[in-house]
Amino acid sequence: MKLAYWMYAGPAHIGTLRVASSFKNVHAIMHAPIGDDYFNVMRSMLERERDFTPVTTSVVDRNVLARGSQEKVVDNITRKDAEEHPDLIVLTPTCTSSILQEDLQNFVERAQIESKGDVMLADVNHYRVNELQAADRTLHQIVQFYIEKARRKGDLPTDKTTKPSVNIFGISTLGFHNNHDCTELKRLMAALGIEVNEVIPEGASVHNIKNLSRAWFNLVPYRELGLMSVQYLEQEFGQPYVDVTPMGVVETARCIRKIQSVINAQGANVDYEAYINEQTLYVSQAAWFSRSIDCQNLTGKKAVVYGDSTHAAAITKVLSREMGIHVVLAGTFCKYDEEWFREQVSEYCDEVLITDDHGAVGDAIARIEPSAIFGTQMERHVGKRLDIPCGVISAPIHVQNFPIGYKPFVGYEGTNQLVDLIYNSFTLGMEDHLLEIFGGHDTKDVITKGISADSDLAWSKDGQAELNKIPGFVRGKVKRNTEKFARDRNIEVITAEVLYAAKEAVGA
Amino acid sequence: MTLAETEPQALNFECETGNYHTFCPISCVAWLYQKIEDSFFLVIGTKTCGYFLQNAMGVMIFAEPRYAMAELEEGDISAQLNDYEELKRLCLQIKRDRNPSVIVWIGTCTTEIIKMDLEGLAPRLEAELGIPIVVARANGLDYAFTQGEDTVLAAMVNRCPDKPLAAEGDKEERNAITKLLNFGRKKEEIATSESEYVDHPPLVLFGSLPDPVVTQLTLELKKQGIKVSGWLPAKRYTELPVIEEGYYVSGVNPFLSRTATTFMRRRKCKLIGAPFPIGPDGTRAWIEKICSVFGIEPKGLDDREAQIWAGMEDYLQLIRGKSVFFMGDNLLEISLARFLIRCGMSCPEIGIPYMDKRYQAAELTLLEKTCHEMGVPTPRIVEKPDNYNQLQRITALKPDLVITGMAHANPLEARGINTKWSVEFTFAQIHGFTNARDILELVTRPLRRNTELKDLGWDKLVREEAKV
Repeated sequence: MKLAYWMYAGPAHIGTLRVASSFKNVHAIMHAPIGDDYFNVMRSMLERERDFTPVTTSVVDRNVLARGSQEKVVDNITRKDAEEHPDLIVLTPTCTSSILQEDLQNFVERAQIESKGDVMLADVNHYRVNELQAADRTLHQIVQFYIEKARRKGDLPTDKTTKPSVNIFGISTLGFHNNHDCTELKRLMAALGIEVNEVIPEGASVHNIKNLSRAWFNLVPYRELGLMSVQYLEQEFGQPYVDVTPMGVVETARCIRKIQSVINAQGANVDYEAYINEQTLYVSQAAWFSRSIDCQNLTGKKAVVYGDSTHAAAITKVLSREMGIHVVLAGTFCKYDEEWFREQVSEYCDEVLITDDHGAVGDAIARIEPSAIFGTQMERHVGKRLDIPCGVISAPIHVQNFPIGYKPFVGYEGTNQLVDLIYNSFTLGMEDHLLEIFGGHDTKDVITKGISADSDLAWSKDGQAELNKIPGFVRGKVKRNTEKFARDRNIEVITAEVLYAAKEAVGA
Repeated sequence: MTLAETEPQALNFECETGNYHTFCPISCVAWLYQKIEDSFFLVIGTKTCGYFLQNAMGVMIFAEPRYAMAELEEGDISAQLNDYEELKRLCLQIKRDRNPSVIVWIGTCTTEIIKMDLEGLAPRLEAELGIPIVVARANGLDYAFTQGEDTVLAAMVNRCPDKPLAAEGDKEERNAITKLLNFGRKKEEIATSESEYVDHPPLVLFGSLPDPVVTQLTLELKKQGIKVSGWLPAKRYTELPVIEEGYYVSGVNPFLSRTATTFMRRRKCKLIGAPFPIGPDGTRAWIEKICSVFGIEPKGLDDREAQIWAGMEDYLQLIRGKSVFFMGDNLLEISLARFLIRCGMSCPEIGIPYMDKRYQAAELTLLEKTCHEMGVPTPRIVEKPDNYNQLQRITALKPDLVITGMAHANPLEARGINTKWSVEFTFAQIHGFTNARDILELVTRPLRRNTELKDLGWDKLVREEAKV
């Protein structure tokens, strides 16, 4: 047992659901007790999704506990198949069903007989993998399933597209700025003269999976989602992949150069150097920013970076290599990917922290006292408590991290967004600091706290106690209204009863 | 509570598949840890439970909450680790860091399935640690959302002292000092303290409400000369009310049936089965019922209720003649529907996770009576609803307002249907005369907002007539 207040990565089934619900016309059925369908709320709230989340539950209740699911799961699958005609139904185990050890694979096989669509069991062990690992596995599983299906039917395309083309892997629902990143990547590909063959899994149809092999190469912008799939495709079709995250000016250039070599190896004969040069010097503002006076002021300032491995590694490099900021500590909660992370950031920071304990991260921040933090929502709150500004760079995130406006983190526009995020964090910190030194904006004390300081009315003890329970920002208004009410009725002492009578009379 | 046979016949009860969306009952820790100030809630479950709490409670999670997960690992599931030792280690840590007056263990689906004997472990550990440990099995296998509070309060009923602590004299003395301090104030005020109350057997109310609402309802009964001897839960665990055999108890929320049963069976209390004090009609009926049990003639209720209704006229105009559909997720549905029908709305369907016809008997009777008096058809009451079927019915009925969980709210809005997020009713102050307007503030908000937007011509915002 572990005492835990906060977790960075969710449970395994969340990862499976994120992948399943990213595809078009794929339905997930959770084998779970009532209340475990919280995923639907998150998707509907955070992404402000207009459509019903294609996730339902085959409810595990007392009866299931006593007698097993019996026909229930099979019925739920065939029912959903008839109601919505999904291409694929993914039966999703949860922590509860993991311990029940029912033969879900058997249910899937039986349901498949009666279903028009495909049915599959997500192969994730709840106690061994987390949300991110499960997402990667599920995506791989679905890709493999449809490649093999096409191969059996003999309709696997064998040719490549005539022009250089790419599959973009890893764009998914509830991913950090994923939809903006996707748009930016498509723009980048268009600028490079590369066709986008498929985007997987967001918005993709499972019928198109068989066409994946037609692309010249695969692009995996995020370390967490898609690697297993592209490694599988490399194995099956010899299809190369590019796994450099184009985040920050230097890494974007590196990603583009890698793409160049990959497609030139297949006979494309392109040279992107001029494009990289033009973008770096004149289109993206990041390179110029790092020479400007503003950025000079940031030199040597201390920062702490923490997040998933993709974002934490990329931001660490941007801060240290592109802005001259002193990254004291870079950390990630992706413990399973420790080796890669260390290798990526070691030369750009003093220490590396691999932990999923938010207390350890908070303690490290308190010890280091950086001028700014770049982390998740949890680090933002640590920052609040310690009075250190924080830019949010990674999930877990809140609704404000699903902006409506265009805010990619990757590509050349992404470098601009990063500059704003980083610079704004630091200046705010500076301002705060200056205000503290000079004692705030106002040099004179405010003398009276309320407008009705000269009240002739007496508040009884219980009345005063009730008044104090009212939140500070409306207390003054309630006090004034109550006193007016009392004055109108010649009440001399205001008790709790008078307070509430006044509330009723005012109707607020 | 002999009311099984007086159950209203005209109401139409159905039961569907139970495939509906609601919160997991462990969410009760969110409001209970705030209510019971010296408590610590330990949820013994998996990452799934933790993830739910973390996301459902939003910013509360950052406010150093007095709750935590005891996250079970593979070794716990396969019994390689000793439950007792593990729990002892964590509880010692909690005691050292927070020093609470009580630790509440929340059992979850996982502890049920692996049959962890929490009730058996708690007394042993309690003796060893010297902190009371209360066990509540608020799991998703058996319960929905607000029923979590029911399991916690039912467990706490057994912890209520059965005789007053021997601090009576002390209290008198403090009273005397207060009297001294009050010297010079108007005389009536001092005289009111005891003689204000009618002589009646002790009454204890149950249900967790924010402190201001507790004060309001207590004062409301005081006006009728009824003294509230205690409240479960109190602000602190150390202040749990005294319960003796023969005490009267009354519930303030419709989801507290286990607590009611425990009071009656284990503590030999008498339950006053009344409608719940939600809406002015409900509050009045609640007070009247309590008065009638104590043989008191209620006074001033006519005026009081009329006054509240008059104060809400602006809101009533917005909803009169409109229809409301409850998808069902928090068990407040019957009371809210009854109030909204009295406000002039019609209600084709009330979905509800679980319907205790005995505990809610008076509320159901009032609902039926209200329908007759307002001349609207009685709603169908759908227990364990099926959300998919409900969405079909909503598409067919086109109600003016759907009260639903967050999973369906945005998709319904995108299809031009007004929705109100049901969870807000659990967290808002909705009890008593004073807060009736607040319920309508919630109910009318989507209508007011969408009226403002009406002329813009974008009420359907999905491309094809989407399948539901």
